[in-house]
Amino acid sequence: MDQKIPTMAQMAAEGKEPEILFWVGCAGSFDERAQKITRDICKILQHVGISYAILGTEESCTGDPAKRAGNEFLFQMMAMNNIAVLDGYNVKKIVTGCPHCFNTIKNEYPGLGGNYEVIHHTQLIQQLIDEGKLKAQGGESFKGKKITFHDPCYLGRGNSVYEAPRAALEVLDAELVEMKRCRSNGLCCGAGGGQMFKEPEAGKKDINIERIEDVITAKAQVVASACPFCMTMLTDGVKNQNKEQEIKVLDIAEITVKANGL
Amino acid sequence: MIAQAIFIIILGAAVYLFTKNAGKVRRNILLGKDVDRTDQPALRWKTMAKVALGQTKMVKRPVAAVMHFFIYMGFIIINLEVLEIMIDGVFGSHRIFSGPLGGLYNLLIGSFEVLALLVLVSCVVFLCRRNIVRLKRFSGTEMTQWPKSDANYILCIEILLMTAFLTMNAADYKLQLLHFEHYVKAGSFPISSLIAPILPGSASALSVLERGCWWFHIVGILAFLNYLPYSKHFHILLAFPNVYYSNLNPKGKFTNMASVTNEVKAMLDPSFVPENTGEPARFGVKDVTDLTWKNLMEAYTCTECGRCTSVCPANITGKLLSPRKIMMDTRDRVTEVGNNLDKHGKDYDDGKTLLDTYISREELWACTSCNACTEACPVNINPLEIITEMRRYVVMEESQAPASLNNMFGNVENNGAPWKYSQADRFNWADNE
Repeated sequence: MDQKIPTMAQMAAEGKEPEILFWVGCAGSFDERAQKITRDICKILQHVGISYAILGTEESCTGDPAKRAGNEFLFQMMAMNNIAVLDGYNVKKIVTGCPHCFNTIKNEYPGLGGNYEVIHHTQLIQQLIDEGKLKAQGGESFKGKKITFHDPCYLGRGNSVYEAPRAALEVLDAELVEMKRCRSNGLCCGAGGGQMFKEPEAGKKDINIERIEDVITAKAQVVASACPFCMTMLTDGVKNQNKEQEIKVLDIAEITVKANGL
Repeated sequence: MIAQAIFIIILGAAVYLFTKNAGKVRRNILLGKDVDRTDQPALRWKTMAKVALGQTKMVKRPVAAVMHFFIYMGFIIINLEVLEIMIDGVFGSHRIFSGPLGGLYNLLIGSFEVLALLVLVSCVVFLCRRNIVRLKRFSGTEMTQWPKSDANYILCIEILLMTAFLTMNAADYKLQLLHFEHYVKAGSFPISSLIAPILPGSASALSVLERGCWWFHIVGILAFLNYLPYSKHFHILLAFPNVYYSNLNPKGKFTNMASVTNEVKAMLDPSFVPENTGEPARFGVKDVTDLTWKNLMEAYTCTECGRCTSVCPANITGKLLSPRKIMMDTRDRVTEVGNNLDKHGKDYDDGKTLLDTYISREELWACTSCNACTEACPVNINPLEIITEMRRYVVMEESQAPASLNNMFGNVENNGAPWKYSQADRFNWADNE
């Protein structure tokens, strides 16, 4: 990274409060592929000069995977501890790099006393494009490339965010194609509801393979997503179908960074 | 006079029986736990107008939507005709609305006829889709003999009722032309006038046919009414309240269990004194009585169209899970519990539960919580909530989660992440480029 990533602890020590907290999430912190997306989100934040910070080692799992898998105790424990940390730093606004963190903090934390304005990173990118702070210039050209968007369930159906990620693609001058199952009809990548952490039940196919077939049918050269779990599932699916040369899986943040040469 | 007496007796018996059986369904629904769904009445009315009355979620499948719309309009509008039939039946009058309504009456009867034909054609197409084309959506493990027959019975009954209605009008039309007895000139008959030529010519035969169809039509409707509480067709009534009481939150938002909040607060802060919520001690759902009344209302509202199952990623890829089966199992089980109450009284244990006897753990663990099922349902049924609640029981009451999920729980609790990484390493990504 060009610049140091500021943490809330450092900011507080200097008596400063950032405008927005970037909630990195577990995948964004530990998964190698997702780490790259995390760094790209930071690059965007730094490029436009928003004052931000992360929690660093003070961040914990939101409790989302525990809650979807039925462990409400563990979820609420995680939630209350996180709320204590967030409130301790007087956090008002949060941007997340993961639709699961986004959904949980936005929808399920208020009932436990945690009230914040929460946006997903694709919404931030859309906002920056609208404000003219981000343009698709100075970087890699996507002109004429066929790009499709895979709707993450907890961003799309879960919270009705369908336009923000597409707005980030529309500025590219690329050829946007929709898969047959898109938006509210989008097909899950297969990772939600705790599936990321277990083997699938017996069946005739894995869900991510079913989804990659949609991508192949749409003849997309790039499949964009906005969720680290979708990223893993789609990347595995592309590998499984031996299409690594033909199809690239990229996060909206990565595409934005490439297009702007950040 | 005798005809009037017979009509009143049949009508009274039909209404009594229906009230009794619908009351049983209501009682069964109220076996569920309480949940407040009375907030934001304005938004609820709006949702009901849009989704139930306006059928906006049906259009995702346009062919079915159009056909269903014909039948739905037929049901609502032709019922105006049933009102006239009722009054005629009780008072021995004939086409009583024709006098006061005048020209409007012709328009009404004419449009009833057009709708009746559309209903008839739609029902025939629906029968073909189920029995000849055999759409995949109408099969599946849960679509056993009864659900399949139920669907066919409904369509056949509707075809018979519409045929009787049109034949009755055709005979009436011919009798009017003959200026026979009380058959005054009333109504316009754009459809039935076309079948009139094949009917007998004699006034007495026509009169018998007209009366026969009149009786068949109205007794058929009353019998059909009493079939509803035993059938998936009950959706024509429950769809409206079911949509009114919809979950209005974003689909991604799951409930926070208040009973758990108390325990977690007490654990984190020993001085915390929990409010007495009066909730029973069980976490999650093992049997139907652990569900809310809304879950149970949804089970009785489900008309087994299978849109949920046809978009379920687990089902599409061959897993055991089918959201439609979750709803049908819930309905079958709560009906069984209700029947046990009637037969054996309270506190009877038949040794069965929704979990395991009806719904297996393999089904529960196959769900990705993607909300495709809830998005697809034309009447806002939520199978995902039932699945989640049953997972809660399995995890929190039984500690029987799959081993890999228990590992994940352990990691979240100890490392603050679902994987086995130390929390101290959480910021290492900044140095990894």
